[in-house]
Amino acid sequence: MALLEVKHLGISFGGLRAVDDLNMSIEQGSLVGLIGPNGAGKTTAFNLLTGVYAPSEGTIVLDGESLVGKAPTEICKSGIARTFQNIRLFTKMTVLDNVKVALHNHVEYSLAESFFHLGKFSKREKEMDERAIDILKVFDLDGQADVLASNLPYGKQRKLEIARALATEPKLLLLDEPAAGMNPNETQELMDTIQLIRDKFHITILLIEHDMKLVSGICEYLYVLNFGMELAHGEPAVVLNDPKVITAYLGE
Amino acid sequence: MSLINNLVEQLINGLRTGSIYALIALGYTMVYGIAKMINFAHGDIIMVGAYALYVFAALLGLPVPVCILLTIIVCAVLGITVERIAYKPLRNAPSLAVLITAIGVSYFLQNVALIIFKATPIPFGSVIKVPSIKIGGIHISGITIVTLIVTVIAMAILTWFINKTRAGSAMRAVSEDKGAAALMGINVNKTISMTFAIGSALAAVAGILFICQYESLSPTLGALPGIKAFVAAVLGGIGSIPGAMLGGIVLGIIESLSKAYISTQLADAIVFGVLVVVLLVKPSGLLGKMKAEKV
Repeated sequence: MALLEVKHLGISFGGLRAVDDLNMSIEQGSLVGLIGPNGAGKTTAFNLLTGVYAPSEGTIVLDGESLVGKAPTEICKSGIARTFQNIRLFTKMTVLDNVKVALHNHVEYSLAESFFHLGKFSKREKEMDERAIDILKVFDLDGQADVLASNLPYGKQRKLEIARALATEPKLLLLDEPAAGMNPNETQELMDTIQLIRDKFHITILLIEHDMKLVSGICEYLYVLNFGMELAHGEPAVVLNDPKVITAYLGE
Repeated sequence: MSLINNLVEQLINGLRTGSIYALIALGYTMVYGIAKMINFAHGDIIMVGAYALYVFAALLGLPVPVCILLTIIVCAVLGITVERIAYKPLRNAPSLAVLITAIGVSYFLQNVALIIFKATPIPFGSVIKVPSIKIGGIHISGITIVTLIVTVIAMAILTWFINKTRAGSAMRAVSEDKGAAALMGINVNKTISMTFAIGSALAAVAGILFICQYESLSPTLGALPGIKAFVAAVLGGIGSIPGAMLGGIVLGIIESLSKAYISTQLADAIVFGVLVVVLLVKPSGLLGKMKAEKV
């Protein structure tokens, strides 16, 4: 069975069908792209998957568990993490704290614990520091652990967002336009990083992207959306040469 | 010499009053930071704390440390309860609705106290009995010493908690972006509850110190220190924790010096005048940051 099964997913905002009858089946460990022209409903699909919006109809099943009706926090705990099209880091916090605050924690902290079990507590805080640093190392950000997130250069902020999402230990990582605003060198570096994290963390990645070099370079499978509807899906080489897809992007 | 002694004593008095304002202001500023609302019922938590201490100490005769602990717990639980019942359902409502609700909660708490304890002020001697000291002709009361020490400790713990613990990071994350925080697996409701609990616990501490100073209970005793602490929070920059600390101390000193050298009757007017001036000159407060609107 696939890791993520989406069936007949749809949502309306008033009279607008933002997503209509979306079906996706994403295999464990795969690297899948979600593409389409502006306004096609890609980010809305991400918002449905992460519980920001409740779908009007359809089902979302992650690893056998239905996610429809769950709150974003619960969905995150179930194993979906994401980044944002417009970076939404905690800008007033350090790089380290951004990752640390998202760390998946099997033992919930409590206020009383932080005050009364100081020894055990500080040990746990230290463990979390180490785990956060380990994740930052993957992105070559460990040297800037104490820098405020807002003071990082743009490309590094994008990386930090991915690091923060990984800290939640997701099964499925959703990347919303990870290469937006990057130059070709940075994009190339990002492609390597995405492949690296897929292999290193054994996770499944679904990404929205407009950069076709990135999409054809690393995605193994593509879903194409247009006007909220699924236009095509399949291997990149086939999909990107599909006349329907080319028309959707370039017009008649 | 006696002039200088007098000035030093007034400054120390100001520090004492200011410490209490600062403890209360922290509750305002933390709740504002995380829930973007002014909790006007916050002052009445001080009143509940003072009455709770009276019940535990004078009516039930429990040992003082137990009374203090129970008072803090009562206030923290009350803070969480008020948030759950009154503010949580309004999380997505316009801020005016939340503001009016907070005022409603304030009147509700005052009137419940009025029903239970009646309007006649109840004399209640200080439970903290520390002898006063004299340094070089300057007289410092025991409760002043305790107030200053307790405030410094409370602020140190709070600063450590917010900056160094994961729970504190969660609070900072929620205050910056609730949506992103939720998507990163942070329990937003629990974090907000925790903020109200901490703010109310600090108000309880302030209430205990306040009642040990003034030794008289009335259902509206929290109103004036509550509103002055709000002024302190705005003065320091609402949403800023160091700002609340600084604002409280500055306000306490202004009040004390006004009482000593200008006029006792005008002291309150001067305190609120400071609010007007701050809003005119630096609307974001002493340590607040002006947010530049991106256009």
